[in-house]
Order: sequence, then C-alpha cells, then structure tokens
Amino acid sequence: MTQFDVIVVGGGHAGTEAAATAARCGARTLLLTHKAETIGEMSCNPAIGGIGKGHLVREVDALDGIMGRAADAAGIHFKLLNRSKGPAVRGPRAQADRKLYRAAVQALLAETANLTIRAEGAEDLLIEAGRVVGVVGASGTAFRAGAVVITTGTFLRGVIHLGRERTPAGRVGDAPSVGLALALERLGLPMARLKTGTPPRLDGRTIDWAALEAQPGDAEPEPLSWMTARITNPQLHCGITWTTEETHALIRANLQESAVYGGRISGVGPRYCPSIEDKVVRFADKNRHQIFLEPEGLDDPTVYPNGISTSLPESVQRGIIASMPGLSRAVIMRPGYAIEYDHVDPRALRPTLELRDVPGLFLAGQINGTTGYEEAAAQGMMAALNAVQRAAGTEPDRVLARDEAYAGVMIDDLTLQGVSEPYRMLTARSEYRLRLRADNAMLRLTAKGMEWGCVGQVRADAFRGFQAAVSDAIARARAEGATPAQYRAAGAPVNLDGRWRSLLDVLALPAMPVEVAETMFPWLRDLAPRVRAQVECEALYGPYLARQEAELALLRREEALAIPDGVDFAVIAGLSREMQQRLEAARPATLGAASRLAGVTPAAVAALAVHLRRA
Amino acid sequence: MSGTIFAIASGAGRAGVAVMRVSGPEAGQALAALAGGLPRPRHASLRRLRHRGEVLDEALVLWFPAPHSYTGEDSAELHLHGGPAVIAAVGDALAMLGLRPAEPGEFTRRAFTHGKLDLTAAEGIADLIAAETEAQRRQALRQAGGALALRVRGWVERLTDLLARQEAFIEFEDEDLPEGLDAAVAADVAELRAELAAEIAGAARAEALREGVRIAILGAPNAGKSSLLNALAGREAAIVSPQAGTTRDVVETRMVMAGVPVTLSDTAGLRETDDVIEAEGVRRARAAGAGAEIVLAVFAADAPPDAETRALVEAGALAVVNKCDVVPPMMAGQAVSARSGMGLAQLRAALEDAVRASAGVAMEAGLTRPRHRAALADAVAALDTLENPLPELRAEALRGALAAMGRLTGRVGVEAVLDRVFSEFCIGK
Repeated sequence: MTQFDVIVVGGGHAGTEAAATAARCGARTLLLTHKAETIGEMSCNPAIGGIGKGHLVREVDALDGIMGRAADAAGIHFKLLNRSKGPAVRGPRAQADRKLYRAAVQALLAETANLTIRAEGAEDLLIEAGRVVGVVGASGTAFRAGAVVITTGTFLRGVIHLGRERTPAGRVGDAPSVGLALALERLGLPMARLKTGTPPRLDGRTIDWAALEAQPGDAEPEPLSWMTARITNPQLHCGITWTTEETHALIRANLQESAVYGGRISGVGPRYCPSIEDKVVRFADKNRHQIFLEPEGLDDPTVYPNGISTSLPESVQRGIIASMPGLSRAVIMRPGYAIEYDHVDPRALRPTLELRDVPGLFLAGQINGTTGYEEAAAQGMMAALNAVQRAAGTEPDRVLARDEAYAGVMIDDLTLQGVSEPYRMLTARSEYRLRLRADNAMLRLTAKGMEWGCVGQVRADAFRGFQAAVSDAIARARAEGATPAQYRAAGAPVNLDGRWRSLLDVLALPAMPVEVAETMFPWLRDLAPRVRAQVECEALYGPYLARQEAELALLRREEALAIPDGVDFAVIAGLSREMQQRLEAARPATLGAASRLAGVTPAAVAALAVHLRRA
Repeated sequence: MSGTIFAIASGAGRAGVAVMRVSGPEAGQALAALAGGLPRPRHASLRRLRHRGEVLDEALVLWFPAPHSYTGEDSAELHLHGGPAVIAAVGDALAMLGLRPAEPGEFTRRAFTHGKLDLTAAEGIADLIAAETEAQRRQALRQAGGALALRVRGWVERLTDLLARQEAFIEFEDEDLPEGLDAAVAADVAELRAELAAEIAGAARAEALREGVRIAILGAPNAGKSSLLNALAGREAAIVSPQAGTTRDVVETRMVMAGVPVTLSDTAGLRETDDVIEAEGVRRARAAGAGAEIVLAVFAADAPPDAETRALVEAGALAVVNKCDVVPPMMAGQAVSARSGMGLAQLRAALEDAVRASAGVAMEAGLTRPRHRAALADAVAALDTLENPLPELRAEALRGALAAMGRLTGRVGVEAVLDRVFSEFCIGK
C-alpha cells in the first residue's frame, strides 16, 4: 500500500507519539524510519519525566498517548520530584531500562491498529500545487498522504564534535538523511543553529559503588501513566559522585581541545544542561559539581554519568572520569560528544505545528528547537492531531490554550516567541502553574481528547468514573462543614468568628490536622487516594484559581479574536516600524498571542485590536 | 497623527534662544530647504536660514535621522534667536513647506509610539506640557528623565531576582543549589515591601504637588481674613468691609509660593449664626480648613481670642494675629497688619517654609499618577500573601507583585527570570 492519510517521518519520541496518535484517531498512518530496531531509542539520558517534563508526560497520557505507559513498563528507578512542595509542582520521573523502553514502545505501536511501520528513510517530499501530498522513500517508492509529519530530530546539517574531530551525523552510528534535508532546504524555511551534548558512558562493572553515596528511588513508585496499576520491574539505585579540583584543573588545561571553547562550534547550547567545560569556566568559584550515575538497564552494564556532558577529546575524558571518587578505574564505553544541528525557526509554524507556508507539512520535536523526549512526544501528538484534520480535508484547529496544558504553553512559546536555546519545559514558563498539575491532566484534557477521537474506550471509561468521583467529592466538601466551635471541639483551632466554614474552606488550613478532618468527615477516608488528592488541591489552590478567573476571561476573549493570515501589519495605523517587524516575524494567530509577544507594547496591541474590530 | 510636525519646544514667551523642533518624514527635506543642505547628523552647525530668498535667522541647526532622535522619526532642531518675529517667520516658512504645527504632546506621543519612552516617561512629559510653575517643571523633568522609571526598574530588578531564586528552588530540586536559598527570599521580600509602602505614602504628597498646596485662612468674624488674603495675593481678590460676616462663601486665589502652586482660600468667619446663608458659609469654611494642607488661624489683636480658632491652633494651624498696628498683640502668633503691611514678610517666609515642607517629599521625583500608586499598592498587596509554607504559592505572590510593577514598565517575561536563574546558579545534570 502506498496511499495513507498521515505519514510520520522519524521513529524517535515525537515520531512514535505522532504515529500512534494519528492511528488512534483512525487515520491510515505510515511511520517511516531508517531502522525499525531503534524505534523508541533513548539517545540521551535514560529518564522520562521530571518537573515540567513529568507534567507533559501526564498530558500525553491523558490524551491516551504511549510515553507514560512505555516508561512505566521500562522504569527501574522512580522518583516523585518536589514531594515536599505543593502538588502543582510535583513531577513524576522514571529512570528507564533503555532496552525495555524501546521494546515497550515497539510493542505498543505493534498493537496499534491503522499503523504501518516501514524501515525506510524518506528521501524527498511530494509537493503538488504548493501542498505536501506525500514522501518519496529511499527505495524510490512514492507514498502519498493528506498530511506529513516530520520528526527527524537533529539530522539537519548535524555535526558531531569530539575534541578536534568532526563527523557529520544524526545520532552516533546513524547516517544523516541527506535527501530529506535538501528537500526541506528547498522550501526555504528559516533556520538557526543549536548544539547539545552528551556525557561519556561508563561500564558500571568498573565503578566502585561501595565508595559512593547511593540514591534510592521512591519506596512506592508513582507510575507515569494513569493506566498503570503497578510497577513490576525490580528497582535500582543511582549513585552520586562529585567532580574534584583535579577534574577542574584538567578541564582548564585542555579547554582549547574542547570543541566549544576551541571556537569550532557556533550553535547555542542549553543553559540548563551546560557541558562540564561550561560549568567549570562559568562557575569557577564552585569547587565541585554533582554527578549522578544512572544505570541504563537491568542487564546492561552501561551507566550514564548525568552532569558531565563534554566535547573534550576522549583521552581527556578518561582523565576527567578517573579524577572523580568511585570512578578511578571506571572504563569509558563510549566517549561523550557535542552535536551541532540546524533547526527550523518554529515561528514559521502555526499553533497547529503546520508550516504556515507549506500546507500539509507538520514539524514536531527537536527540529523545532526543543530538547527532551517529553517535549518531543507532546509536539508529536499535537502535530498528529492536526495532521489528521488536514488529511480529512478540515482546517486544523487543535490547539491547547496556555491555561489548559503545558503542551499548550510550549507550542505557544515556540510558534510565537521562537527559541534562542534548545527549549525545555519548566513549570516557571506557565502563568497558570497551580492549574496545570501532573495530578489533574486527565481532568484537563481527556474530555477534549475524546472529542478529538484520540482517546480509547478503556481510558474514556476510566476518565468518566474519575471525573464523576472528583466532582461529587468536591461538591460534598463544599456542602458539609461546621462552626468554629465545632471545629475547636474536635481539635482544630480555627478562628472563633462564628462563621460556618465548609470542609473545603478548612481542609488546607495549617490549623486543620488531617486526623481531625477525618474524624469529623469520615467519608474522606473512603475516597480513592487520587480523588482525595483532587479535593485537597481544590482546597489548597481554589482561592488562587478564583483570583485568576478575571485574567483568564480576558485571555479567552483575546484568544477568540483571530488575526487573519493575510493581515498587513504595515498598514495598521499607530504601529511603529519596530512593532510591525516584531508582529511580522511571529505572525501571531490571535490578539492574545500578539499581546504575549516579547517586546510588543500595550499600545501596539491596542492599535491591532482597533484594526481587527474595524476589519 | 501623521505628517511632519513642528513646534517651539522651549516654552512660551521671550527667551534668548528658542528651539524649534521638527519631526516626521519630511523633516530632512524641510531642514535642507531652510539651511541649504543637511548638516552632519547629531552635530550642531551654524547655518543661515533662508526662505524664498529672505534670510530668516542665523541659527544653530541639528539633524537627527531616524531612529536616533527623540521621537524615533527623522527630526531636526533649529535653535533660533528668541524673538517672536523670528519664530513666527520660521514657523510660516515651515508651514509653507507643507509641515503643520504639532498638537500638544504630539512629539511625546510619537516618541512613545516609536518605543522611545516607556509609559512613565511619557506621562511625565504630559505633565511637563501642563506644568505651570517651576517646581512642577522640575519634577516633570526628573520623571521624563526617568528618575521614577529608574527606581521602578530597580524594584523590578529585585523582584525578578527574588522570583528567580524561588523558581530555581521549585524547578531544580535535585540540583546542587545553595543552602537556605528559600529562606533568604523571605527576608529580602520584607525589605522590599517596606520600601514600596514608604513610596506609596510619599506618593500622596507628590499628588499634592501636581494639584498644588491648599492654604485656608480661618478665624472669627472681622479678624481681617479677607484683608490678609488680599495682602498675601497682592491684589483685591476678596471684598473687604468693616462689617462682620462680609465673606459668606469661600474665596479662592491661586498663586505661587516657594515655586509651588498654592490655592489660598478666604473663608467666612467662624461663629454660630441664625442666618442660613452665613451658616452655610461657616460650614464651607470648616470644610476648607479640613481639606487644606496649611491652615492660617487668624485672630484680631483688638478682640479676645475665640475658642474655635484657638482649637485650630492647638490642632497645628499657624497662628496669625492681625491688626497689630492698632493694638499690640496679647497672644502668641505671627504679628501682622494686613493694612499697614507690618510683619507680612515674616508671615510669607513662614508660609513658604510650610509650603515647602508640605510639598517636600514630592520634590523628589515621586509617583504623581494614581496609576503608579495603584500599581505599587497592588504589588504590596501581592507581597503580603508571601508568607506561605508552599514555595509555589510564594512564587505566586512574587509573580503577582512583578505583574503589578510590569504595568508601569511593561511586562517582565519569564525569560528575564530564567536568565537570572541560569546566570546565578549552576544548573544542569
């Protein structure tokens, strides 16, 4: 068969999620990738989730995606980050067995209906009348489709730097696909250069674990997917070691050998994931840096030393490793390296992740300037949801708002502001952080997913049950309550102001011990933990959320005011040239988006609003 | 709001030099036509200005091509010899070249539209346009120069820094962050909050400067209050007669004292009366006294001091004993005679001190708009919710404060906060 609805190119985290999503929506889907056996490969650190990232995984999961389930099936070390902080910023994370993760992703794809997987690279795009209508494979076969999603990661002019060596490549061991890169270049898309790096991999059998501080996972692992009842893999410890003065001296002495400091890399790297060279130079007053030693698998001796990504020559890397406690005899299995690559300026995309100037062509993942498996998966899913619409002949409109999902925040940031470094999800990026929690992703998104057709029956049923239980419990907590005297008598010293307070009013007060609440309202004990957590969040954050309502009403009003595609910012009265240029570069889709654009003044937004209302 | 505009930028009236400012797309053409070619950008050159063969003036001219000008547009300045005839001739010439006189505030509006001024600076210049007196002009200048903007920016910097620490604490739990990062935030917030609150208190006075300082003259009937007003104002603003109760309503006169605009109010004499109209006058007199920053409590040297006026003195009013040319004063207070002028210079000096004190805080570049005060008050209110065991709720408080301040300086985006996080802390496992 060569006729499909949606073709996904690339079998990484964006591609697999995109292919699975399109197929779940009922679209006949083709996944084209170089090698079937590397589908679902974790090419960087073997962890899924974290703060912000774990939120994204839960959102993908709420739309019935595969990432959370695969991570649960492969996880060998689970940790709920920020456990001591409030639920809004808790982020679930799993260290995965790399092999098991690949296997889990491949198994989930294999059981997905409507999905064809072909181990074949894409060499060219089929374009008719300015629209992408398919892909030419390496075999010369033309595959036709209503929409194409490109998720090829760092393959555009990818160059690997290891000391002074430079090798054109995608990932280590994978050839860059030249044909497709040329096809994209012919489209004349705006490009920019980024870099990222990876640490050397160590042989865990040569690490002196006994000399290191061990970091166990949580005793009760918290799954990433709602659908996972229990984690069954044996759980491993990670280790912690530190760089030493000797490490730093060695790095300083060899800076010129580093690809970045030797001036051989021009791309911008991520600030939150600097190379060890960067750390030593920029934070010269720190006499040690923490390194996490993360096992890559249950029966795989490879260890990922997190925090020491480097582009120094292999010989120097050996010295660096040997200078750290517990690693004096550690053997490097694969050296670390830096990779430089082109990405497409995501401002060329609509909020649907379709290229504004090339209908039918969608981009997701690292090619859009992001970093991270979770960021890639969420984009793959959103791109596929819109590609399915495009293929069906409907105008794509599946966009999540900033107050609905981190996925919405990310895509809005990307398509509106562009990127200046590899984009990583952080909860700080959301102005609605208390609303966008990992624990309520289903409540936020699953109903929407059901409407979009990407949610299966099992999930839909689970969601309905959960939603009903939560709203019942919250309603009950709002209806039941007591007077201050009654609360005091039970042992909760609330203010004696004679005002009746509901359970919801008092549940989050420091003056209300859990046991007292449970004694006064015994039904709390009977709630499922996940339902009770929602009641507690409502009590804790409800007053804050209520305060944001006015702001949200304005946001929604402005989001509803669409800026037509063809609008000429140059003719709008009252817009300065600078404002015209900023708006032209980003082409915001709505008035709300325009008002969020960095550097756009309120006066310019007002001028734009006047123009739109008049038009 | 388009075209090329011109106006005298150096204020009305005679002066040694008058600056004619020109801004807009045809500014260069007009300057070249008058000065016989464009001078080097941003350099003063002496040129003979001619129009239709006639020499208009010998002037210093400056050429500011866009965007490096006050308005962000092509602009020119002609420093003319200040006579009205020269100004009128140059203005006529510019109009004949197709330019038009600027609307009030139009230069500033254009500067704002081209991103040359932030909102605080633009509002300062709006005040400048309306400024009547020297003190107001000085304050407006300071604000336009961005003294307020500078301070607001300083607060925004500190809030950004505090939020960055809070966000780092939330975002990078498993990183090797400095100990006590979170605790330090609370102490610094308390300090910042106190500064903002003090600024708000000062802001009320700054507003007084914009509105002027109110001085009310109160006292018993026939103490000579109207004579005193006339003597201080230097003109016959109030009707004076020997008959008690002549002044029945509040008579106001505006003047400048110590460079500050002042409203001086004469009021009906304070006494119990059955006359309905006079009773209303007395009520208004008391109201004027209550609303004034400075009260002059006037006694007559030839009459026993009345209880109500004495009470005013006890409440902080400035005691004045009038008619001291008739009888020597028997009580404490500024001894004056409105009629003979005796003691008036001392009284004026005392009043000027009081006016200066009243406007004092406002003489510093202060918050002169309700908008500024509201933004600061919102920031303080947000910071008041900071005390919370959960870091994400503390971050909400800081975000709220920063958003409120952003209404003065423009929004502070998350990128600014992240920049701070990544430059201050070594993040990255």
